[in-house]
Parts: sequence; structure tokens; C-alpha cells
Amino acid sequence: MEQLPQMRMHRPATAEEAVALHAEAAAARYLAGGSDLIVNVRRGIEQPEALIYLNGIGEMHEIAESDGGISMGGALTLRQLAENEILRRDYPAVAEAAGEVAGPSHREYGTLGGNLCLDTRCIYYNQSEWWRATNSYCLKHRGEICHVAPGGKKCFAAFSGDLAPALLLFDAEVELAGPDGRRRLPLAEMYRNDGLDHLTLAAGELLVAVHLPALPADVRSGYAKSRVRGSIDFPLAGAAVRLSVKDGALGDLRVALTGVGSWPFLVPGTEKFIGGPLDEETSAQLRELVRAKAKAMKTTTTAPHYRRRVAGVLAQRLAEGLATA
Amino acid sequence: MKTILSVTVNGQPRDDVVPDNMLLVDYLREKIGLTGTKVGCDGGECGACTVLIDGRPRHACLTLAATCQEARIDTVESLAHAGRLSAIQRGFHEKLGAQCGFCTPGMVMAAEGLLRQNPAPSEADIRSALAANICRCTGYVKIIEAVQAAARELAS
Ligand SMILES: Cc1cc2nc3c(=O)[nH]c(=O)nc-3n(C[C@H](O)[C@H](O)[C@H](O)COP(=O)(O)OP(=O)(O)OC[C@H]3O[C@@H](n4cnc5c(N)ncnc54)[C@H](O)[C@@H]3O)c2cc1C
Ligand code: FES
Ligand code: FES
Repeated sequence: MEQLPQMRMHRPATAEEAVALHAEAAAARYLAGGSDLIVNVRRGIEQPEALIYLNGIGEMHEIAESDGGISMGGALTLRQLAENEILRRDYPAVAEAAGEVAGPSHREYGTLGGNLCLDTRCIYYNQSEWWRATNSYCLKHRGEICHVAPGGKKCFAAFSGDLAPALLLFDAEVELAGPDGRRRLPLAEMYRNDGLDHLTLAAGELLVAVHLPALPADVRSGYAKSRVRGSIDFPLAGAAVRLSVKDGALGDLRVALTGVGSWPFLVPGTEKFIGGPLDEETSAQLRELVRAKAKAMKTTTTAPHYRRRVAGVLAQRLAEGLATA
Repeated sequence: MKTILSVTVNGQPRDDVVPDNMLLVDYLREKIGLTGTKVGCDGGECGACTVLIDGRPRHACLTLAATCQEARIDTVESLAHAGRLSAIQRGFHEKLGAQCGFCTPGMVMAAEGLLRQNPAPSEADIRSALAANICRCTGYVKIIEAVQAAARELAS
């Protein structure tokens, strides 16, 4: 039998109760599905003393149309998102991304909140205790140097959640509950490009819901990822694309990436394609733009140059498919 | 640091005192002696620990027992009745869906979860429902045939 650290489980019924419990307890962690957190606890990377289990918070399971957009509770499962009719119709990139996270059993209990607050990942970090100890640990946990870039003082662990880039396409906002009450924040501002500390959330802030605004009618979107095993793995690179086409010209074009930096981000510079057609030449230019912005490092067993290249190709293929759909 | 857990395991309601840090797979295997559920990795990679919680497949190795309050848990031991194998177990037996057998309890439970939702799955449905379960021996073809055989038997 495996000895996990001693932990006390709390079961709040409201978001406010959860926040209060988090503030009172030493070394507390929110526990949603546990499909990332418990792996890290088992590997000794996380050693919480208190777990605040979110499943009993009613509002975090709700999903409803609001102001022409949609509001999604943070405890919805990935399967619920992948199967949701509104998402599939209006925000297909989000439903597709949810349906491509991990494998089917993970999607039964992995949640929206857990996916957005996922820890960053690296081959030198997501390892057993003895493996990390043998390699003198690393900058992200207990160690002195980053084995990916030993010269610097920065950690390059990659953010590898699939949902964030899809949600970034639509100007998603997160609703947060914290010790000082509730606030709304653009999802893009919830992240920073720092593998050690990629979330801008204040200590104990809880992601209660995600809100997507109403969409212009003609917007199309999609998500695609590359992974080692098509059935289960985290993205080596993941791309979400949103566009619209009117009279043969692009009316809108956005690309967001995951897996190729310590944060998910919208690729800057795609607006220069708006107003023109997406033809062979411009789609190749789009591919090169995306490749240049994908700053993958050696955080997986697959070479960084491949992941940069694949990010460009994923975005190009998605854009071509959407433009001709 | 302990929870009084009320659960229904394989149809039997029970109350147990469990430490808050106990994994469901340890509760099943060590506390109540149901060793059919296997542990094949250090967390979420292989699917050997798959059980059904309220009818849906989940990893017992990443689920804390204390989060299963009032849940219905079904393990591979729930399937055979009075020494008679269930349709899925018979499918695995007759189509040679098991070799070393280590992945089998998880595969069987993932397949059980699928057939409860979708009694007539296509091959693509079977492949995607078993995508989180890894087998080092069979090459999967025989496993898919086993699930197809079970679906046929249940339909007839
Ligand atoms: C084999 C395997 C493959 C995987 N593949 C993928 C993949 O391809 N793509 C992918 O994106 N993920 C993948 N995952 C990771 C994980 O399954 C998903 O990201 C899942 O959505 C995490 O959600 P959870 O509810 O299980 O999170 P948890 O493990 O419960 O939580 C993760 C983190 O988020 C925090 N948290 C959870 N909910 C909230 C909230 N509401 N507010 C604030 N903080 C919160 C927790 O404290 C913890 O730090 C994989 C995992 C495994 C084991
Ligand atoms: S033991 Fe491998 S997934 Fe649970
Ligand atoms: S039969 Fe050996 S791992 Fe599947």
C-alpha cells in the first residue's frame, strides 16, 4: 500500500466556504478531479496537508447560456464539456479540446478548473522522487538548476492544458472567488510565461466559473494537437484557430497555442491576414508566423524544433479546413 | 484525518473508517480484500486500476477513497455470478483477449462501462472507450473482438 502524506479532507458546500477553509488551513490545495494533483502528490512533488474537495459546490456544476454567451462552472467534467450542445455548435474549438484531453476515463472526472489551473510540465519534473533525487532535482522543485537551460535562472516547464487555448480564442473570462470576494479576470491575464509560477491567481483564489461572450454568427473554430500516443497524451503542441470568411476574404483570424511555452497564448500578428484570402501563400505565411512564436524547449522527449514546426502545421491545416468548410 | 465512508461496493452497502489520504485502490485491495483491481503505474497512465464509480470508468489509483461518499463502486469482482462469467468476461476468455492478464480487470471494467452506456458500439466506439487502457501483450485486436463478442451476446 502506498503511503501518501497525512492530509485532511474538507468538503465545502459553497465557494465562499471553500475559500475560507483554504485560508485557515496550512498547505491547502483545492482538489477537483485529482487527475493532475494526485499524480503529483504520489510523486512527492506536492505535499498538501489539507485538501478542499470542490465536488459539493453546486454552482460549480452549472452550465447555461447567459447574455448570448455561455457560463460554465469550474467543476464541470471534460466529458460534459465535450458533449455539450451549445459548445459543439457555437464554440467547437472548446468542445474539441475537451474531447482531446487525456483518455476517456480521465475525462469522466478531470474538470474545467483543474485543466485551466494545471501545473506546468517537464521531463525533469514529472518524475518519481528517486528519479528527481538522482538528478539533483531541478529549479522548479527543490533543485538549483533548470536542466533544460542550465545557464539561466528561469524555469521552462511547459503549460500543457488543452482547454486554455480554445477558450482564449473567445475572450473567455474567469470568475474567481478569493478572501476579498469575487472578481472577473480575462483568462489571458490568469497566466504568465514563467514555468515556476505560471498562474497570476492570488493565494487561495478559486476558479468558480468561465464565461464566454456572445459570438458573431459566422465565426468557425477548431482545435488540434500533436501527441506521442494519439489515445492519451498531453500535447507536444496544441493549436486552436478561430476565423470567419466573407466574400473569399478572412473577416477574423486568431490562433492560440499550448504546450510550446510556460503559458497558453494568442499568437500576435494574425490580424495582418484579415481582409485577404487564405490561399496557398498566406496559409504558408501563417504557418511560419505560428512556428516563430512557438518557443518550445526541451521539456518533452520530443525535440523542440519538431514541436515548433508541428505547431505551425497544426494551425495551418486547421485554418485551411475551417476556411473551406 | 479520517472519514466514515458510506459506499456501495459491488452491490453491498458498507461503512468503513478510512484515512483521508487513502487511495480508492488501496481501500479496495487492502481494506476490503478485493485484489482484482490492479496497479500498473504511478498514476493515471495505464488504466489497470479502472473501476466504475456510479457507472462511469475512473482510475482508482488517482481517486481518494474519502471522495467516494455515497457512491456506487463496481469492480471486476462484481461481474461473475455464482461462478458464471459475465458476457464481457466470456468474450475476453473465448476471444483470447487476455494474455498475462494484468490489464484485464481494467479493460473489462472500461468495456463494462461502455456497454452500459452503449450496448451496440461500433469498432471506433470500442477503440475510443478503451483508449485510456494500455495492454503490453495482446496488440488490442483480440480485446476489441472480445468486446464485440460480448455486445453480440448481450443483444441476442
Ligand atoms: C495520463 C494522463 C494524461 C493526461 N493528458 C492530458 C492532456 O492531454 N491534456 C490536458 O490538458 N491534461 C491532461 N492530463 C491532466 C489532467 O487529467 C487534466 O488536465 C484535467 O483536466 C485536470 O483536472 P482535475 O479536475 O483532475 O484537476 P486536479 O488534479 O484536481 O487539479 C489540478 C490543479 O488545479 C487546481 N484546481 C483544480 N480546480 C481548481 C479550481 N476550481 N480553482 C482553482 N484551482 C483549482 C488544483 O489545486 C491543482 O493544483 C493528463 C493526466 C494524465 C494522468
Ligand atoms: S494504476 Fe495505472 S492508471 Fe491507475
Ligand atoms: S494481457 Fe498482458 S497487459 Fe494486457
